[in-house]
Amino acid sequence: MRRWATSYAMLAPALLLFGVFVLYPLVGAVRISLTDSTGIGRARFVGLANYTAMASDPTFWRAAGNTVLLAAVSVPVSLVLGLGVALLLRDRIPGGGLFRAVFLAPYVISGVVVAMAGRWVFDQNVGIVDRVLAAVGAPQPDWQSDGTAAAVSVVLVLLWARTGLAVVLYLSALQGVDGDVLEAAELDGASPWQRLRDVVWPLLRPTTFFLTVMLVIETFQVFDIVWVMTKGGPAGATELLVTYAYNQGFAARREGYGSAIGVVVFVVVLAATALWWRAQRASEDEL
Amino acid sequence: MSRVESAVRPRDGLAVQHGRRARAGSRRGRVAVLVALSLVWLFPLYWMLVTAVSPRDDLASGRVGVLPTSLDPGGFSRALTQFPVLQWAQNSLAIAVVAVAITVVVDVTAGYVLAKHRFPGRSVVFLLIVATLMIPVQVLLVPQFDLVNSLGWVNSYWAVIVPRSAEAFGVFLARQYFLSLPDELLEAAQLDGAGQLRTLWSVVLPLSRPLVAVLLVMTFTYRWNEFAWPLVALRDPDLYTLPVGLSFLQSQYTTDYPALMAGALVSILPVLVLFGLAQRQFVAGIARSGLK
Repeated sequence: MRRWATSYAMLAPALLLFGVFVLYPLVGAVRISLTDSTGIGRARFVGLANYTAMASDPTFWRAAGNTVLLAAVSVPVSLVLGLGVALLLRDRIPGGGLFRAVFLAPYVISGVVVAMAGRWVFDQNVGIVDRVLAAVGAPQPDWQSDGTAAAVSVVLVLLWARTGLAVVLYLSALQGVDGDVLEAAELDGASPWQRLRDVVWPLLRPTTFFLTVMLVIETFQVFDIVWVMTKGGPAGATELLVTYAYNQGFAARREGYGSAIGVVVFVVVLAATALWWRAQRASEDEL
Repeated sequence: MSRVESAVRPRDGLAVQHGRRARAGSRRGRVAVLVALSLVWLFPLYWMLVTAVSPRDDLASGRVGVLPTSLDPGGFSRALTQFPVLQWAQNSLAIAVVAVAITVVVDVTAGYVLAKHRFPGRSVVFLLIVATLMIPVQVLLVPQFDLVNSLGWVNSYWAVIVPRSAEAFGVFLARQYFLSLPDELLEAAQLDGAGQLRTLWSVVLPLSRPLVAVLLVMTFTYRWNEFAWPLVALRDPDLYTLPVGLSFLQSQYTTDYPALMAGALVSILPVLVLFGLAQRQFVAGIARSGLK
């Protein structure tokens, strides 16, 4: 009994911080999502009206589609690229630490600066990318006014910003892969590709699982990069669920609707993570 | 394994030698690929630097090439004198340092208790904390602002620091790390009469350097880079953090790119230096936390 008291006493700072500043506001957000609050004057209880309104809001579906598409494209590419670089860096290579730092650098700088760099490089008037494309005679997309081009530039910038995490985690996982196992496979005549597929990849599964969860959560919450690069435009082409939630909650002062969108994102990510976790557990038991 | 080796070695000596030579060749190829990729990866940062040191007029006319036409420190001096970049840096630093101190203490204590104590409600507490990772910041902005407002903290560093000291990923990382510490060690300390806090302080903490390094670097980086919450919580431009200030410059002064890029470079320097110094510890800490 006294031991429980000690445990809870030592947890008190964390419980207080999470309870007061995260869980209580979360309840507050759910409450606001059931009202027509504008932040000014008294809010009216509207039940689930904000949630049902989402169903017939084309911008919401566009933002949801963009968010899912962004995750579906950027997460696998980050994983493959990260593993590729990690494999290149695996053995002692001259300047290995330096290469690692190069790939990690964009990951540690702020999303605002990442977005500023992205915007500047992809500027459709004076940007270096368009100038290089012009020099080689390739078409120069209008990165800011063409929707598809804007979305592509956001994906590229996001990949630039986040692949470093995959590189570092795969690299430390690869250090745990037994060199003897690989050598035995090599002597058995396994090709590099076979060794990667049949020996290395299965051993990396926990890392891949963890990275996938992290990257999906991050993708559903990407805000600063998109906000500073495109503000969700042009014409909603790069609108994501969280930028739309912010746009509605702050710019349009529809706090209730903005909160409802945020709650939906939370529930979806939570459910997806829980399901993914279960699937992972189940497949681990099989092994 | 040794049985396999001795069976294989004499017969395959030539093959192994051949393999080594092939590997040396492929290593050169791999370094070439790495160099090419690194150049692509570094280019945006390099281009920011070229922009920052170029004369303002050259940019508008598109005269800047891969090498700057001439070196002009004007970008940096305008960034530091015309915009309150130094004031913002000071705000960011104060917020990040205090937040790191609070967060690391909270993360280490909570992670330790969740890993090594048995008590009713343990998994519920852990799951609740981990679940907060999935909450998008945007959903909390309004109620958090109301809360901070009613505490009278708006327009103060505390408004940014305190709500963000609850850092779920740090707690998670600390717990994973402490799970790998042997229980016997802690029991021995308790048998010697050390209390819970004393065990944590003088037995566990000295073994946790890589963890503390990761938490320090990670929390500093998060706080230094954070955007959405300081954007909402700080109203007075003199109190802005660097990312908030830069985002306003980006939308307002779009013509002075050298100054804008100079300000951005100034803002990323501290995290780059920190990561450069702590890189080894960072990777070791992540690896030992079992996130692989």
